[in-house]
Amino acid sequence: MVRELEKYFRPGIGVTTYCPGCGEAILQGLILRAIDELKLNMDEMLFVSGIGCAAWIPSPYFNADSLHTLHGRTIAFATGAKMVNPKLKVMVISGDGDLADIGGNHLIHGARRNMDMTVICANNQNYGMTGGQVCATTPEGALTMTTHQGNPFRPFDLCRLVKAAGAVYVARYAVTQPVAMVRGIKKALQTEGFTFIEALTPCPVQFGRRNKLGKPAEMLKDLMTKCISEEKAETLSTEELKSKIITGEL
Amino acid sequence: MGKQKVNSVLPPGSYYFSGDEAVAEGAIAARCGYCAGYPITPATETLERLSVRFGEVGAAFMQMEDEIASICSCIGASWAGAKAMTITSGPGFSLMQEAIGYAVFTETPLVLVDAQRSGPSTGQATRVGSGDIMQAKWGSHGDYLAIALSPWSVQELYDQTINAFNLAERFRVPVFVMAEEATAHLHERIEVGAEVELFNREKKPGAPPFGTEEEDGVPPMPVFGDGEKLLITGSTHDEWGVRKITHPEIHRKLVTRLQKKILNRSQEIIQYDSHYLDDAQVAVICYGFTARSALFAVEQLRGEGKKIGVLRLKTLWPFADELIKDIGSRVGKIFVPEMNMGQVAGEVMKYAACEVVSYGQVNGEIVHPHTIIEQLRRLV
Ligand SMILES: Cc1ncc(C[n+]2csc(CCOP(=O)(O)OP(=O)(O)O)c2C)c(N)n1
Ligand code: SF4
Ligand SMILES: [Mg+2]
Repeated sequence: MVRELEKYFRPGIGVTTYCPGCGEAILQGLILRAIDELKLNMDEMLFVSGIGCAAWIPSPYFNADSLHTLHGRTIAFATGAKMVNPKLKVMVISGDGDLADIGGNHLIHGARRNMDMTVICANNQNYGMTGGQVCATTPEGALTMTTHQGNPFRPFDLCRLVKAAGAVYVARYAVTQPVAMVRGIKKALQTEGFTFIEALTPCPVQFGRRNKLGKPAEMLKDLMTKCISEEKAETLSTEELKSKIITGEL
Repeated sequence: MGKQKVNSVLPPGSYYFSGDEAVAEGAIAARCGYCAGYPITPATETLERLSVRFGEVGAAFMQMEDEIASICSCIGASWAGAKAMTITSGPGFSLMQEAIGYAVFTETPLVLVDAQRSGPSTGQATRVGSGDIMQAKWGSHGDYLAIALSPWSVQELYDQTINAFNLAERFRVPVFVMAEEATAHLHERIEVGAEVELFNREKKPGAPPFGTEEEDGVPPMPVFGDGEKLLITGSTHDEWGVRKITHPEIHRKLVTRLQKKILNRSQEIIQYDSHYLDDAQVAVICYGFTARSALFAVEQLRGEGKKIGVLRLKTLWPFADELIKDIGSRVGKIFVPEMNMGQVAGEVMKYAACEVVSYGQVNGEIVHPHTIIEQLRRLV
């Protein structure tokens, strides 16, 4: 993260807790950049996070009101706060396990109610914090600490899920698409209603290592080649699309 | 802030309410600003009434997707500045336990009404029970203490709901109103006064929100949007909310303060009433609906000259241990009738030196006065 964004950090909190090469640290910087570009007043913001590595993105680092909650329940906590004080600009930042596994029901109901909040879901394809177990976004066949023969189940397409549940703005970007990601987060923050960003982020330590995806830099490069736009996707065959991830506003 | 007298929202006078309706009106009288819940017998009617009445008084009502979401949204609402309440029964109370621990540890004021029905599990969903008393004490993991009240009438459901809000705000703790199906669905006349005394939470800009100099203090509580840059976490934290997840002394200090802030003020919290105890040889210790039967039974037996008295606990947690120790030293026997397998009797045994006879009834029915008379005749 660049120095100019350090002003958003809580004074006295020096180091972050991410493993070296973790994509969630990149995401942290991109969220702050979006806030900075929109010149949002941090005193009017409320950051709500759950439990997991991604839940540490705002707490304790962001110098604003932050509610670091229980595993999976972020959107419920955020709903109560928003109902009572609609002036709060509410941003939920948490992991895929947190938001889509244990918290999946709250996610779709938040979207259905169109609660005015922006949800950033860090999709690192596993439970990073607990040592790399399978989660609702783990690709079929992937190795994790609880799928040693490969994940037998299909993953959620989070964007389609949340869109179908009624979110007014849904987009997917990888941390390797910083400009687009910042643009997407800004748009989400500026859109009234339930907005959702699926942020693809490598977890080299727990997911990458087990699936032999190489060093952090290689995982980032891999994301760069895999992520394509919807327009580009239209030009590819079903076979070619299998190895690609469609990003952008969905 | 602190204590304050305000006008009653309902015009003063007599009302004929069900217990569930009285809870709703008590919450309105206490200026509850947010209620969330999920329908469940026998608590549903409170939600239904609040969904209408909150619209009239300008408070927020939400029917959430489950009880976990209900209580979690209440915690968010409480930190956003509202007095918050959720209402449920056993199955929902079970689902809420993790969040109760979070509310205790983050010192979030919150009122939870548990209209108890007969469990375990779905049990007899429309029948009465009082089996959640120990769950109110230790249902969530770890060591903690919350406050639990036990109303015996529709009037008390109204009064104790108001009291629950005052205690929650005063001590920054979840407060449970342990209603029972028999009182939730009972219709009775209640009196509403012209004024209500309320406690509104203390704020102190710039002061640490999670610690005090005293080992039993209750810190002031800012809310979101005050510019205090609150850091709230269910992990062990210092007085500013900064996570301290390996420091033995910080954990010990926090866990003990959260207990002591209540235990050291238990005299201020505990309410009870007693009848005919002065010359009693046998004391009946009771609470909730069962206390109605117990008092009736004792009055009958008094008419026959039997020296029996009654202690009715209006507060279950913190427990009236000193009082019970004292009674236990003065009477020969204590009799504890209740609609569970002896949850409070076990507690009484801890403190009373005399013989304690437990009468636990778990058939989904109230403990009838005649049952109590019959049992007491064997004791005196
Ligand atoms: C109720 C509950 N169950 C399980 C856990 C253990 N736990 C902590 S973090 C976590 C998974 C987090 O995964 P994710 O949300 O994907 O975040 P990541 O660490 O991958 O960023 C789990 C299962 C918990 N804290 N609470
Ligand atoms: S475990 Fe994975 S997600 Fe968590 S900090 Fe390490 S690399 Fe990042
Ligand atoms: Mg994850």
